[in-house]
Amino acid sequence: MSQQASIDRQEYNITAYTENQVGLLNRIAIIFSRRKINIESLNVSPSEIEGIHRFNIVINETEEVVGKLARQIEKQIEVLKVYYNTNADVIWQEMALYKVPTDVIAEKAIVERLLRENGARAVVIRKDYTVFETTGHREETDNLIRVLQPYGLIEFVRSARIAIIKASDGFNSKLREFERREPSTEPAENEYLNSRDKVFTM
Amino acid sequence: MLTNEQSAQTLPELAAPAVQPETETMTGAVATLQALLAEGVDTIFGYPGGAIIPIYDALYDFKEQLNHVLVRHEQGGIHAAQGYARSSGKVGVVFATSGPGATNLVTGLADALIDSTPLVCITGQVFAHLLGTDAFQETDIINITTPITKWNYQVTNAEEIPEALAKAFYIARSGRPGPVLIDITKNAQQQKHDFAPYVPCTHIRSYRPVPIVRPEYIREAAALINQAKRPFVLWGQGVILGKAEQEFKAFIEKSGIPAAWTILGAGALPTDHPLNVGMLGMHGNYGPNVLTNECDVLIAIGMRFDDRVTGRLDKYAKQAKVIHLDIDPTEIDKNVATTVPVWGDCKETLPLLTALVEAKLHPEWHERFRVHMEQEVDAVIREELFPTSEEMTMGEVIQQLNELTEGEAVIVTDVGQHQMVACRYAKLNKTRSNITSGGLGTMGFALPAAIGAKFGTPHRPVVAIIGDGGVQMTIQELGTIMQTGVDVKIIILNNRFLGMVRQWQELFNDRRYSFVDIQSPDYVTVASGYGISGKRVEARAELKQSLHQMLEHPGSFLLEIMVSKENNIFPMVPQGCSVAEIRLR
Ligand SMILES: Cc1ncc(C[n+]2csc(CCOP(=O)(O)OP(=O)(O)O)c2C)c(N)n1
Repeated sequence: MSQQASIDRQEYNITAYTENQVGLLNRIAIIFSRRKINIESLNVSPSEIEGIHRFNIVINETEEVVGKLARQIEKQIEVLKVYYNTNADVIWQEMALYKVPTDVIAEKAIVERLLRENGARAVVIRKDYTVFETTGHREETDNLIRVLQPYGLIEFVRSARIAIIKASDGFNSKLREFERREPSTEPAENEYLNSRDKVFTM
Repeated sequence: MLTNEQSAQTLPELAAPAVQPETETMTGAVATLQALLAEGVDTIFGYPGGAIIPIYDALYDFKEQLNHVLVRHEQGGIHAAQGYARSSGKVGVVFATSGPGATNLVTGLADALIDSTPLVCITGQVFAHLLGTDAFQETDIINITTPITKWNYQVTNAEEIPEALAKAFYIARSGRPGPVLIDITKNAQQQKHDFAPYVPCTHIRSYRPVPIVRPEYIREAAALINQAKRPFVLWGQGVILGKAEQEFKAFIEKSGIPAAWTILGAGALPTDHPLNVGMLGMHGNYGPNVLTNECDVLIAIGMRFDDRVTGRLDKYAKQAKVIHLDIDPTEIDKNVATTVPVWGDCKETLPLLTALVEAKLHPEWHERFRVHMEQEVDAVIREELFPTSEEMTMGEVIQQLNELTEGEAVIVTDVGQHQMVACRYAKLNKTRSNITSGGLGTMGFALPAAIGAKFGTPHRPVVAIIGDGGVQMTIQELGTIMQTGVDVKIIILNNRFLGMVRQWQELFNDRRYSFVDIQSPDYVTVASGYGISGKRVEARAELKQSLHQMLEHPGSFLLEIMVSKENNIFPMVPQGCSVAEIRLR
């Protein structure tokens, strides 16, 4: 890898809308592994339209590589649409859960204050432990680990990243359109050719 | 099942019923074969086994409609289906059982994907309830083949079969074609179901096989071409896959642009066409390689800038504006940055472009190609085709063959030196006449692919040209020839070496010939064991007459030709060098 390439690398958020199909996760995952690219974070969940799933994939790469990967993903038969964005172009969040002994919280008022300062919210309170939840960027959820560590943090888990694209008009209307027109034989759109370097689509 | 007439008779008092699609009860296995018939399949290449027995059982009753070719190895089966698809333009169909039957398809799938060959492979699978239990002959063929199929799908319920196969055929043949694998569990083959009439697939909402043509890019491309002083066309298999040979010819004839081909594009324009300036790539012609780095506008049509074509990318056509016509958006800007991307089916885009380009001749530019060709003839070609040395060359065999077939044969080649010689020198009058493993370079491809090619185009002579290494990889398919009686002419160019590897070792590894010295059986005896006539040619004096005998022989014939041991293929763009650094010797 050249030095320039390492400088140009940054986190990219790839958003893919797909059919809900067995095996598709593998088909998409091997597009990365074949090129020895590590997936930093992966979230797959149902979109607002039944039967259509949304992938959020985070990788560290140059724009050139990300653009090519996005096209390779969109080429898969069951993929409807792919976008890619830098962190600056998206609003993103990760959710974290922290399990802490309940007696510590009860005894030490400072802990409760720290939790409040970090925007944590109790989800389950039991006699033996309490589970708190926060959402935020990596540094924020990391920070609370550090804060809770001295007070007997029992277990921690963080979700994959989910991201909403700032500039885009969203895919909601297009998804609804897909649903309404089905089956349609018309190719849907060709935005990539309108602004080749900004939007990705075929 | 009731026919319309019967139902009208038995229910006379009822008003004519609303037209209901009639269902028919049958097993999944029969539904599979019905789907193949509905898709126009006439030939299947396959090999049975436990997990696909129900389909084979059903096939017993379809012998009249479906010609099943029993191969000797599933790899042979899939290469035969590739040969069939490439010679006929239809989808090749393969049957294999689960486990080892299915894994034997892997090389062919990888080959078909990289060479864009439409195939539907149907594999048997263990019963659905046994999936994941390491059952006898259970292999996770879906996950094994995910990176080497355009699409694959596992059917576990008979009900899914028609739709899965309809999608399979549609995906395999539409857009940029490719191989599809459908894995059918044994219970789904056996299960009875009430099937509605077969409906072919014409649309999948998440799949857009052909991008929309953008008129502005056609206009931009035409403007670039019209301003160009030294335009150069590179064409690939996309012209053949798009059935756009006529449109392509019309485009270059009007624009007067010299055109060179990738080995998969060979034959889309006849070898003798005055605007055909030759072959691209590592062992391509001298002019097309050198002048790639001197043209001002490079027009790539249905080709993907493979590294064997481009050589060193950062020194490839940097001076040129690049117009790229391709149906597959992932190919645009993948290896070579384009100035104008003309996305779409070239059958659609080429006529639009032709309408806008000015009629030109470019005589001075053509002269450059002619001068380079003269140099190449002096340095390489004359001695290769009309050798003064005692030993026979591969080139003279092809030259003599050209004289006898007059360019009418389908030439199927394996991989190695003989492949490069055959591609460089074979005369091709017609499209779909050059069948070779391009992207994957699969030794062992030619013999089974030639069998399939003959089934795909029974009225054309099919000549396989194979090295003494490659032929030993799939030689068992002589059994398929024996049993089917298919008429394939087999030429083994025996240099007693794994020639292409030996050439690299000679040129780049100080002649350290490491395990390239390969022995052969007595091929003529082997062939006769299979009831196939054959002959060994050791002297030039017998060459022409022997080729003639082979071509005139009723039925298959094997001709082993002893050629020079240590001949090298030139010109050559050494790996890591630019196309302009092509060596003539
Ligand atoms: C399956 C496979 N294994 C290995 C290779 C590497 N390889 C490329 S050309 C070649 C030599 C082929 O020898 P032969 O068939 O005798 O043909 P020749 O080059 O002598 O014409 C080899 C080993 C290959 N292409 N395919």
